[in-house]
Amino acid sequence: MFLTIPVLLGLTVLVFAIGRLLPGDPVALAAGPNATPAEIAAYAREFGLDRPVWVQYATYLTGLLGGNFGVSIFTRRPVIEDLIAYTPATLELVFAAMALAVLIGIPAGLAAAVYRDRWPDYLSRVAALGAISMPRFFLGLLLQLAFAMWLGWLPLGGRFPLTDDPPRLVTGFLTVDALIAQDLSAFWTACRHLAMPAIAMSLSPLATIMRMMRASTLEVMQQDYVMTERALGLSQRLIVTKYVARNAISATLTVIGLYFGWLLGGTVLVETIFDWPGLGLYATKAVVTQDFMPVIGVTLVIGTLFVCANLLVDVLYGVVNPKVRTK
Amino acid sequence: MSLTAPPLPDKSAQAIAAPMSASRQAWRRGLYRFSQSTLSIIGLILVLGLLLIAVTGPWIVPFPEHVTGSIATANRFRPPSAAHPFGTNELGQDVLTLVLAGTRVSLFAGLAVVLAGAFVGTVIGAVAGYAGGWVDEVLMRLSDLKLTVPGLIFAMAIAAALGPGLVNMVIAIAAGWWPGYARLVRGEVMSKKEEMFVTAARALGASPGRILFRHILPNVMTPIIVKMSLDMGFAILTVASLGFIGIGVKPPTPEWGALLSVSRNYMPDFWWTAIFPGLAIFIAVFGFNLLGDGLRDVFDPKARR
Repeated sequence: MFLTIPVLLGLTVLVFAIGRLLPGDPVALAAGPNATPAEIAAYAREFGLDRPVWVQYATYLTGLLGGNFGVSIFTRRPVIEDLIAYTPATLELVFAAMALAVLIGIPAGLAAAVYRDRWPDYLSRVAALGAISMPRFFLGLLLQLAFAMWLGWLPLGGRFPLTDDPPRLVTGFLTVDALIAQDLSAFWTACRHLAMPAIAMSLSPLATIMRMMRASTLEVMQQDYVMTERALGLSQRLIVTKYVARNAISATLTVIGLYFGWLLGGTVLVETIFDWPGLGLYATKAVVTQDFMPVIGVTLVIGTLFVCANLLVDVLYGVVNPKVRTK
Repeated sequence: MSLTAPPLPDKSAQAIAAPMSASRQAWRRGLYRFSQSTLSIIGLILVLGLLLIAVTGPWIVPFPEHVTGSIATANRFRPPSAAHPFGTNELGQDVLTLVLAGTRVSLFAGLAVVLAGAFVGTVIGAVAGYAGGWVDEVLMRLSDLKLTVPGLIFAMAIAAALGPGLVNMVIAIAAGWWPGYARLVRGEVMSKKEEMFVTAARALGASPGRILFRHILPNVMTPIIVKMSLDMGFAILTVASLGFIGIGVKPPTPEWGALLSVSRNYMPDFWWTAIFPGLAIFIAVFGFNLLGDGLRDVFDPKARR
């Protein structure tokens, strides 16, 4: 945990270096196509971009200590306000995707291992490789085409209809907020908007979790204690659900933790397709305009969440696997 | 991914008649195991087909002039037909032509990313693993740092700063591709450097550079090659993702992700402009993943289940 701060500091250096040392003229881009050189210079002065890079960096770091993430040179909005607005949307999407992946991936992996080399196994393995190979943006597009455009069952994109009043802001998770407000129709609307992006996001972690679960289940099933249980006449069902699954899950947990961070950074494409107002869409817009303060902000938030997720996995390890607890 | 695990024919007539060298026998066994897996063979066929299309691309496309940006607005949005099996797009260009021509772009970019990432990562990992101490510490913390940054956002930021173009996009993606290789090679080198043949080379007076690059590295090539084949699919996917976001290769260069991104605006009426480039990405990534999985099963006994 104490390594978090140096890692995050390193992140700021890295992104700052990319933003300031590579070619490209963000100021001219932000000032507009008709700006005169004098206007561009004035613009640069306003944001302190005419000073040496290390001075800019020092200013940024000092601001960071006070919770100031800088100002977007494009919208002139403080980055921290945008981060607060967009982070819950991304987290809601990632949690929903992860929940789908875990709830389907773990039983599917168990089943594939139990029915090893029979048709459920083949089917799930080919499906898993296919799912990993499926570009998320293409899957998103297919889902939109089928469920929004042809069948008309689900909304094309967005998080909540602009014409409706969203539930009162408590957690920033629309589904949770709707439940807190006891507004079931708002909850249903939020779920309908969440469905397609969450499915598009969940496919690749689902496949990986399934493969991981299959592999670790197979390993556990070869252990001596499983043979003992079998010799004692325990039913296959009991052995698998009570003794094997629990041991196999602990190896899979690490993958879940890693995937959480990966998903946070991977929302970019899905958010772009479904117009989901989260960190990924925000970062994409900022990257295209070379507006670097939001990019550094998003990277820091995702980096922090990533580290927290891995910490959480370490704690969960202890819950699932008593052997780790004594250390 | 071997679907079946039949006993190995190590008592074949040949093996009895003429004893083979150990390495040749290992290759033979690997080849046999690979050929036993239907999925690996399908992967191999897909990849070979893609390579063939990539190499012969300019000569086999039905409308070569569309590859260089020529348009035929009278033929806009024709649905799939005999003349245009994949239909035509908003500029009247033949979608089949663009998809076939895009194979070369995607395969080249994917291969370049993986080669560059593997090269840089191997050098960094080898130096870190062999030198140890603070060199190892610094290089590995650097790679940890890179692993914390979301890859796509990192590549997007560099690509946006460098400007559009195929080479710039490859640089942007490859800049974040090395840490996996660095970790892999570091571990392999650390275990190999304790072996007898390294001690022998050192006793003969070989320099550290010679020991590392002539004696150790050739012995750790197998896992590197397996990782490269597993990475190819993901590299192609990343290239297409950047194209889809609109950073990277610009038209008229036919790139699958960029083709898909443009045709998004013409859904659902002109679905064929999006479906076929999307399917091409899927097939390419799927093929490389199948092949990579097969190779991993052959070369890495631990991963075989």
